[in-house]
Amino acid sequence: MPVKDYIRKRFFPHIWCPGCGHGIVLGGMLGAIEELGLKKKDVVMVSGIGCSSRIVGYVDFHTLHTLHGRALAFATGVKFSRPELNVIVPMGDGDATAIGGNHFIHACRRNINMTAIVMNNRIYGMTGGQFSPLSGPGIYATTAPYSSIDYDFDIVELARGSGATFVARTTVYHVNEVKDYIKKAIQHKGFSVVEILSQCPTYFGRKNKLKDVNEMLEYFKNNTTPVGSQAKKDNPNLIERGIFVQIQKEEYCDKYLNVIEAASKEVKG
Amino acid sequence: MDSYKIVFSGSGGQGVITAAIVLAEAAVVYDKLHAVQAQSYGPEARGGATRSDVIISDEKINYPKVSSPNLLVCLTQEAYNKFSNIVMPGGMIITDPKYVVISKSDATQLELPMYDTVVEKVGNPICFNTCMLGVVVKISNMVKVESIIKVFESRMPQKFVEINIKALKVGMELVSK
Amino acid sequence: MKEKIKFVQGNEACVEGALYAGCNFFAGYPITPSTEIAELLAARLPQSGGKFIQMEDEIASMCAIIGASLTGSKTMTATSGPGFSLKQEAIGYAIMAEIPCVIANVQRGGPSTGTPTHVSQGDVMQARWGTHGDHAIVAMTASNIQDVFEITIEAFNIAETFRTPVILLFDEVVGHMREKLVIPEKEKLQVIERLRTSVPPGTDYHPYFPRKDGRLPMSDFGGEHRYNVTGLFHDMWGFPTDKPEIVHNLMRHLVDKIENDPKHICKTKQYFLEDAKTVLVSYGASARTALEIVNYSRMRDRKVGLLELQTIWPFPKEIVSKICNQAERVIVVEMNMGQVLELVRANVKNPEKVYLCNRYDGNLVNIDDVKNVLRVVEGRGI
Repeated sequence: MPVKDYIRKRFFPHIWCPGCGHGIVLGGMLGAIEELGLKKKDVVMVSGIGCSSRIVGYVDFHTLHTLHGRALAFATGVKFSRPELNVIVPMGDGDATAIGGNHFIHACRRNINMTAIVMNNRIYGMTGGQFSPLSGPGIYATTAPYSSIDYDFDIVELARGSGATFVARTTVYHVNEVKDYIKKAIQHKGFSVVEILSQCPTYFGRKNKLKDVNEMLEYFKNNTTPVGSQAKKDNPNLIERGIFVQIQKEEYCDKYLNVIEAASKEVKG
Repeated sequence: MDSYKIVFSGSGGQGVITAAIVLAEAAVVYDKLHAVQAQSYGPEARGGATRSDVIISDEKINYPKVSSPNLLVCLTQEAYNKFSNIVMPGGMIITDPKYVVISKSDATQLELPMYDTVVEKVGNPICFNTCMLGVVVKISNMVKVESIIKVFESRMPQKFVEINIKALKVGMELVSK
Repeated sequence: MKEKIKFVQGNEACVEGALYAGCNFFAGYPITPSTEIAELLAARLPQSGGKFIQMEDEIASMCAIIGASLTGSKTMTATSGPGFSLKQEAIGYAIMAEIPCVIANVQRGGPSTGTPTHVSQGDVMQARWGTHGDHAIVAMTASNIQDVFEITIEAFNIAETFRTPVILLFDEVVGHMREKLVIPEKEKLQVIERLRTSVPPGTDYHPYFPRKDGRLPMSDFGGEHRYNVTGLFHDMWGFPTDKPEIVHNLMRHLVDKIENDPKHICKTKQYFLEDAKTVLVSYGASARTALEIVNYSRMRDRKVGLLELQTIWPFPKEIVSKICNQAERVIVVEMNMGQVLELVRANVKNPEKVYLCNRYDGNLVNIDDVKNVLRVVEGRGI
């Protein structure tokens, strides 16, 4: 099936600004689903609130556009109720790690078989350019007019430390990696996290004197390097890309089958 | 028949609430009476003052709390000090001298060495509350002993049923003496 | 399954009612005095293949039951005061997206952490207006263990019929007291399943286009029909819109489907009201005290009756107004500072004849409390 058949054309044009990186994530996500040959009726996409979350409206799956920060909590209900469905949860950086931080670490901990995609543009776009837990110190935002003093999370370390069994990171400049990592994340049995650095020229770019989209994409190109590369040793400031965690661990819904078995024995016994 | 009101009091972990539930469940499920059991408790899982109210009647019971019981059981000094004055005139207070030093009261007071006797005859202090229940069953005379035993059988494994029946009878015999 | 007699707490009766109604998914977070509901469902649900999950917080629990409901499960959560506050945003989502689910709130004293182990009925108004924005809500309650069982089944039936969250507004006394429960054979009590769409695969299904009777047939996530669900105002496809006429019509639909059908939703119990000169209006555990006083008064030939509300929201205005207007005086018996009192006053001809007998100290309103107010308002001295 061509990728365009996964789109709800009725609801276009989308609301994203010109130059926004989220469309590349959408493309990569649909490419991954297409290559995996998933049936539309077997895919549930759950999102929260923010620019990134609007992604679900445009795709022809079962789509659940929920509350700010709560996408993973809703998604857990969907998945745990119907484990046979593929549940994919695209989130923004504020959505996933500020208001939704608690749900994020607990979804990692449970190792429930879902895929979280963190579209990290280091800014709250929909509300007009406030800093997020991923902005980091020194970033200008409408709520950090003298530059942010807040340290940032490292999503990869946060997910790893919380128990996620698949963790990857890339950027929208690395289009093929976007598709590839999402594909691997969906295939992975357990909780998978893919962080995708994306650009917000409208707010992050303007506030931080990044001239245009090209410059932002250049930044992704020049400041990242494959995980474990010599370049990182030479320049510790580079951001690593790649698959950081990929381990097998019994999955939550599968484990619940043991609970059902034990409980059924109790009734019979 | 008027309704019969009992207040069980003691500290958390002594099993006063369980005893109250067993009594009321026997009344409802096996003796076809009406009963309600309510409890009040604080944040402590162990210790603290625990109280459980039971009303048994042959009519529907509306107000579920007991203000002046026919029978009051106090298994700690704290409970005794707090509740001994609520017994209705002509009512009875049951205590164990191991735990409670009684003072003057209008109610009839029955001091029974429940703890020591149950340890001596059953060999297990965990049945203290069941022994106390035996005392209550005998004195209140509202619920059949067989019904209490049926509740034991429905709630606990066989090996516990036997020692609890023993403890129940120890309690009943204490009253007969 | 044959009829079964049990001696159980209100919280267990709620669990039995939920299981009888076909609840097969529970997500929750421990909180006194509702915890027994979660504990019992943790044991019982997996015995029949149902799902129990303890979530990381109250918010997540509420969200999870909404997600699960969309896949076709019958879902509930249980909580108390502080947890009920946390769930409010997601309750609003369930209202907006029209997703059936049941929320049991076993009330304790508030505000804040309040009195966790003591009774209150302080959440009446929060049940109504806890979530933001105009909306309608269903909240039901019960005063004895058998009624808790039956009203829980009713809550699921209403949730599924009207595609709405339904709040069970129990209280600590009823939740924790034990009493007889008769669980009837299967199918003796009506259990309603949600209406599912008959639109065949391949044909456009409009998830938010109401039928003439206002009802919206659902399609489970995982089925052939794929659609969008959102907490934004949305069109018949479920797609966000801010077109004024669509916003207006959706708002009307959401409110009217609940408020315009009081016959199906509003439940009361009536005791000695035909000739009652004094009407007690009460609900939940307070209604037990009120009923005791009615029996006591009738033995003394005093014409006192009780109107027990089982549906609090939508407020049964018509019944309250009809019954209270016939009486010489009305006493509202409740455990808060007069939340239902104001509603009764707003729906009678002579609000100055409506009195309050209440308690908000963590204790059940007692027999003397009601006797004293009754004596005063009946003019029998102070």
